[in-house]
Amino acid sequence: MAEVLLKIEGINKRFGGLHALSDVGLTINKGEIYGLIGPNGAGKTTLFNVLTGLYVPDEGSFTFDGHNLFQAKPHVVVNAGIARTFQNIRLFAEMTALENVMVGRHIRSKAGALGAVLRDRRTREEEKAITAKAWELLEYVGIADVADERARNLSYGHQRRLEIARALATEPKLLALDEPAAGMNPRETEELKELMSKIAKSGTTVLLIEHDVKLMMGLCDRIAVLDYGKKIAEGIPEEVRKNPRVIEAYLGAAHA
Amino acid sequence: MSKAFDSKQIGLFIASGIALCVLPFVVGGALGNSWVRIVDFALLYVMLALGLNIVVGFAGLLDLGFIAFYAVGAYTYALLGSPHFGIHWPFYVTIPLGALFAAFFGILLGTPVLRLKGDYLAIVTLGFGEIIRIFMNNLNAPVNITNGPQGINLIDPIRVGAADLGSPINLFGLSLPPVYLYYYLFLVLTVIVVIMASRLQHSRIGRAWVALREDQIAASAMGINIRNIKLLAFALGALSGGVAGGLFSAFQGFVSPESFSLLESIMILAMIVLGGMGNIAGVILGAVVLTIAPEILRDVIGPLQMKTMGRMLIDPENARMLLFGIAMVVMMLVRPEGMLPSKRRKAEFKDAKEAAAQKG
Repeated sequence: MAEVLLKIEGINKRFGGLHALSDVGLTINKGEIYGLIGPNGAGKTTLFNVLTGLYVPDEGSFTFDGHNLFQAKPHVVVNAGIARTFQNIRLFAEMTALENVMVGRHIRSKAGALGAVLRDRRTREEEKAITAKAWELLEYVGIADVADERARNLSYGHQRRLEIARALATEPKLLALDEPAAGMNPRETEELKELMSKIAKSGTTVLLIEHDVKLMMGLCDRIAVLDYGKKIAEGIPEEVRKNPRVIEAYLGAAHA
Repeated sequence: MSKAFDSKQIGLFIASGIALCVLPFVVGGALGNSWVRIVDFALLYVMLALGLNIVVGFAGLLDLGFIAFYAVGAYTYALLGSPHFGIHWPFYVTIPLGALFAAFFGILLGTPVLRLKGDYLAIVTLGFGEIIRIFMNNLNAPVNITNGPQGINLIDPIRVGAADLGSPINLFGLSLPPVYLYYYLFLVLTVIVVIMASRLQHSRIGRAWVALREDQIAASAMGINIRNIKLLAFALGALSGGVAGGLFSAFQGFVSPESFSLLESIMILAMIVLGGMGNIAGVILGAVVLTIAPEILRDVIGPLQMKTMGRMLIDPENARMLLFGIAMVVMMLVRPEGMLPSKRRKAEFKDAKEAAAQKG
């Protein structure tokens, strides 16, 4: 039996009259690649934002690696070990690639204002370690050659990788990627797939939202399907693909 | 990050050090002590502008009431070192106390505005600045605390041991008037503030501020505690405003609410914007230019009119503000990123221009 890393139960989120998530529950096991799919507007990104602290859920429970994260602030969630990327890339556009990753080290370093002003030995060493780690991560995702480029000037594929490097800098136990392959050409998608497998193999659990169902089927260990804010299926890709409710949600009732 | 300095940098460093040390003698000798006094004020404004730059330039939080922290520092020093209450605490207690007090007020202002940004933040901070001034103006009844609009008089000068910066000191047969003595004190503290600001900028905290300025949501997703990092910016900015306030109080010997008007807040913001927001060298330049330029205009406009037209056509005081305003407008049209922008700012302005060009 695999070890549970993240578990949510009965999560509800309403925006005014819109019931964006109703009684959603799922469990993610340590070390797997977990996929979240569903048609447009199914509530995938809403759930994602709940899992990363950007949205406060109305009801439910949310535990992660021994921490209770129900209604926790984003920085608490990151500290517990969940890092994310954004569907519409949100880098610090005017910072260099390296600086972007260095910001990711914020939560894993300590120097305060006093340390910064006095610049004592511990602060200097920490700063050195931050820089070294940032370089290492840029190399890991394969964009060390553009480290001093401003994020804004990077190619789309590089920006995606940089966002992943920045998220990895927080030393997550769970890396949550919101449609990382959106807008990528087939070659870039293939390279991204390799990167995600590499990350999963290194022991980081991956949560993935994706439109591209084909990509998900080949990559994920388990998949959950959302439709109209409800979870309609969960399981290994083979099962999910054959589930009539999933086919109905994606292709319409006529094909079921 | 400690980098080795090359010999050229060391030379430049020593040269500017010597230049700053002899500056009051040069200025005082050529133009008189009133100009040394203006230079002293320039240093105070450098401290203020660097403080505001932490809030506006680094963290991107528009603050239009920054002068309030200057007022808090000034009044703390004045109340604890004047015959008004008969308390005469030494400066090394009152100035740090004033700075801490100002930082406390920074947090007090910061807490309710955590969720605000841009225009809304500007309006609330503007109100805050006015509230402090109006308090100072009216806290003379029922209990007289601030002496109202009359202000506080006969404030103690700074005394270091036996030396009193309020009266001339003889040194090696040279009589140094107070404006010279305060110049050196202000210079030392300005250098400290510059070092503090620059070290903060290139630290974990400084990076978090830039991240906050660029994208608050992404910053929070990186684990930055948005509340704390904003309050830290407000507190540290206010801290240096408070120090400058205490020094102003001691230097001037008199404070009244009039010195802390909205125009002063706007002036300090203008120094940052004109100099180059976010860039320490730019901010220093902006503060110096905006303190000195109006004074030069004051000295030039009157005589110039007499010479060219034989009579005073426009009141020099009005003409000064008019020219000053025109200069600001031209500057913002020609070089909106400021005189000495930071690399990042420059890029931001360039990108914005390109985006506009593509759209248009």
